[in-house]
Amino acid sequence: MTLQEIIKGLNLEVITGGDNLNLEVKDGYTSDLLSDVMANAQPACLWITLQTHVNIVAVAKLKDLAGIIIVNGRQPDKETRQKAQEENLPLLLSKETAFQVSGRLYQLLGKGK
Amino acid sequence: MNRHDEFIQTFTILGRDFSRAGSVSTEIKEILQEIGVPSSIIRRVAIASYEAEMNVVMYAQKGELTLTLNPETIKIEVEDEGQGIEDIELAMQEGYSTATEEMREMGFGAGMGLPNIKKNAHIFIITSSPGVGTYLKMIFYLDEERAA
Repeated sequence: MTLQEIIKGLNLEVITGGDNLNLEVKDGYTSDLLSDVMANAQPACLWITLQTHVNIVAVAKLKDLAGIIIVNGRQPDKETRQKAQEENLPLLLSKETAFQVSGRLYQLLGKGK
Repeated sequence: MNRHDEFIQTFTILGRDFSRAGSVSTEIKEILQEIGVPSSIIRRVAIASYEAEMNVVMYAQKGELTLTLNPETIKIEVEDEGQGIEDIELAMQEGYSTATEEMREMGFGAGMGLPNIKKNAHIFIITSSPGVGTYLKMIFYLDEERAA
């Protein structure tokens, strides 16, 4: 499923990386611990987190993630937006909780079938 | 690269510079991609170098990371001037961390840094002098079968 379809399905707001939405998303990973994401997230997955500071961009780039969904209606720091823009990394916002977003993404991706 | 060639590059990492944290690891990843290192090895190096870089940012005044490439191996050494580690065995335990509350709120301090390095480097050596600094050496074999 493409990132574009997921954005529509989950009603996400696109902050940066808008010309990079044809990426095929394979999976999701939900965590607020950066080392955990470094250790366990798979390439081309969408990262669901409430972290908003600039270090999330480096983690996403190092792990070749498809993008980041920031939950709970939180706003990314200015530095985070700038860095994500430079790297053309999709930074997406949801008003829902990490639990809700994860559950809906899990269903959308047809996991657990 | 021919057999006798070695590529060496040194990077400076500044302590407490959270806004640029991860940039050295990102640069290393780009170098490895450019020279066509297999992605499975790049993934290992990215995890280990990121954790080593973050340790300097969090616990040292400054550090130097040296990347050495030859046709068989990728070597990364990190030497910092900082608080050092009192008990390396304890620091190697998953879940153990001395991160501050502020660092934890940012999602650091999971106590996974050194364990992540150990899991991903084929060879990992660490020495430390409390109050002076820490030295890490990690080696990755380009031929994973040989490493196993």
